[in-house]
Amino acid sequence: MSDQPSLHSRRGALKCMAYGGAGTLFMLAGGVFTPVDLAMAADNKSGAARLGKPLFVQISDTHIGFNKDANPDVNGTLTRTIDLMNGMAEQPALIIHTGDITHLSKPAEFDLAQQMLSRMRTTELHTVPGEHDTTDPTVTEYFNRFGKASDNKGYYSFDHAGVHFVALINVLQFKPGGLGTLGPEQLAWLAADLKGRSASTPLVVFAHMPLWTIYEPWGWGTGDSDQLMDQLRRFGSVTVLNGHIHQIVQKVEGNITFHTARSTAYPQPTAGEGAGPAPLKVPADQLPKMLGVTSVFVVKHPSSLALNDTTIA
Amino acid sequence: MTLGRSRALLTVIGVTALWLFAASSLSNAAPPDATQIVIKDFMFGPNSLTIKAGSTVTWVNKDDEPHSVVSDTGLFRSGAVDTNETFSYKFDKPGTYHFTCAIHPRMVGTIIVQ
Repeated sequence: MSDQPSLHSRRGALKCMAYGGAGTLFMLAGGVFTPVDLAMAADNKSGAARLGKPLFVQISDTHIGFNKDANPDVNGTLTRTIDLMNGMAEQPALIIHTGDITHLSKPAEFDLAQQMLSRMRTTELHTVPGEHDTTDPTVTEYFNRFGKASDNKGYYSFDHAGVHFVALINVLQFKPGGLGTLGPEQLAWLAADLKGRSASTPLVVFAHMPLWTIYEPWGWGTGDSDQLMDQLRRFGSVTVLNGHIHQIVQKVEGNITFHTARSTAYPQPTAGEGAGPAPLKVPADQLPKMLGVTSVFVVKHPSSLALNDTTIA
Repeated sequence: MTLGRSRALLTVIGVTALWLFAASSLSNAAPPDATQIVIKDFMFGPNSLTIKAGSTVTWVNKDDEPHSVVSDTGLFRSGAVDTNETFSYKFDKPGTYHFTCAIHPRMVGTIIVQ
């Protein structure tokens, strides 16, 4: 596989979405991923310099409070992740956390997570909650700390470097037996938010649970995401980012590129392997290769984004 | 609503519900408590339980993953129930009560109070 950006052979490129031990880099142009480099993690300086300016880093599923066999030291792996991010030659403008900040929504877990995340050199942090962040009986611990950006609604938008960012919440209003839900109120808000925006505006849309159905029996999807896609389809470059499933899964549909990030805490089985999405115990030396973050770079033209998955190995 | 770790919370077995456990009791030395629902392998077991009004149901989580017990109507909401933790709720009024796990919404169950 070439280590230079290539916009050719996209079909071949999609086949190459291997989970390289040191990370796989994808250039996003016109909504289509093309791999441009492997081993980015170890070669940050040359890799990042070629790529352009880091726009943001996505961190996900830190699960502070988790202490089972799959990773008895989630604080340690988060620390290594933050060290990795802080070591980037050029710091990203902002950090996006796609939820499950904590494991059990406990105040002490949130406090520790905030304390650890405050060590990041990039201080602008945008979050959405995961279902593990909203399990407290009153569903207030997350919003007391991170609710300001959304006026406690959980969804909000902002702009940076010509890119329009949309944060969505799909872990409340669960329909029993069903998938995640956005709900009519949030979808109406989004329609108003996107109205009048040029189709050439690059969009980054992020939520915790996948905004496309990956595996319905495990609830890996969002029940009303088709209504979301109807709103996104007219845009020329849409990047949809999620966490929740603790592994990289990607899909391209028209101009919309879907990408779920690794966790910094523990891996989960691939869809359908076992009784459910329980923490996956792997040999200790394998664990760091299954944890990591996603970096997104602006490549030359502002409508071009490149995604790079980096493990902490 | 109480969240406790003690089996002392478990109340007297509802005799009318014993039949629900007939199959599983064959393999167990001690008779299971009919007011207990075991969460295992991302399932409520049993996922339908009939009790008498005034009985307390205790959910115990035997997975390595936290679960929760949330009433569809908002009547009760457990918070995260981690491994080997329990959640109990006393059902005073007859009726049919549906519940789900808010962390894994595919997990559903029903309590029928007579």
